[in-house]
Amino acid sequence: MSELLYKEIYPVDKDDFVRAGEASAKIKRTLKQLGVDADKIRRTSVVSYECEINLIIHSLGGQMCLEVTDEEIIVSSSDKGPGIKDISLAMKEGWSTASDSVREMGFGAGMGLPNMKRHCDEFILNSAPGAGTEIVMKIKI
Amino acid sequence: MKIRQIQEILDATCLCGDNFDGDCFAGCGCDLMSDVLAFPKEHMCLLTGLTNPQVIRTSEMLDVMCVVFVRGKRPPEETLELAQELGITVFSTKYTLYEACGKLYAHGLPSKNEV
Repeated sequence: MSELLYKEIYPVDKDDFVRAGEASAKIKRTLKQLGVDADKIRRTSVVSYECEINLIIHSLGGQMCLEVTDEEIIVSSSDKGPGIKDISLAMKEGWSTASDSVREMGFGAGMGLPNMKRHCDEFILNSAPGAGTEIVMKIKI
Repeated sequence: MKIRQIQEILDATCLCGDNFDGDCFAGCGCDLMSDVLAFPKEHMCLLTGLTNPQVIRTSEMLDVMCVVFVRGKRPPEETLELAQELGITVFSTKYTLYEACGKLYAHGLPSKNEV
């Protein structure tokens, strides 16, 4: 049984581009303070940042959660909707429903979910239209 | 490659930061932040034509050493304020993204995919 060392929840608002990345920056600082290895911090930063940007771009608002145990870092998110219609399509690199304004910021290239999956050791995504999306990403320490 | 060499090679203006003795191990020229996030390497120099604060936020996530804005672009104040706060050195060069990447590569700064 792993021991929970740290847990914090970060609310993320829909369309809040001004604060985009602040939750991930806090997560990164926390992991540094906990003395986590730099490579694992970078991987966690990528998955949390992509996840946070996705919540801002695509969701109706939600939250992210950081849990650190003696065995792994867990970054998870849950949102209020709208949910993903076709998960296998959403996981394809290059496929995106993002608007032009989001693309102008350097996102919406259809790399978010694939990047998240690529950089964690375990990736779980549950979603249904109307029910919202839940993502759990684990990185072994 | 030292950050000060990058500034010299690109004849770049420093917009903020003073970590000129920092070492960059690799370069990445990109306007898609998700592409930068796809295969990050440590101690990168990021060259881009995008100037919004998300460039700096992305750099923070990846421990990017310095950011170079190409084609003489001047970022908005909020971008520089965030870079200042995070201690990221920022340059502006008159060269295009293609030219700037080519010059650094020719001087020995490898692609992030080569290190």
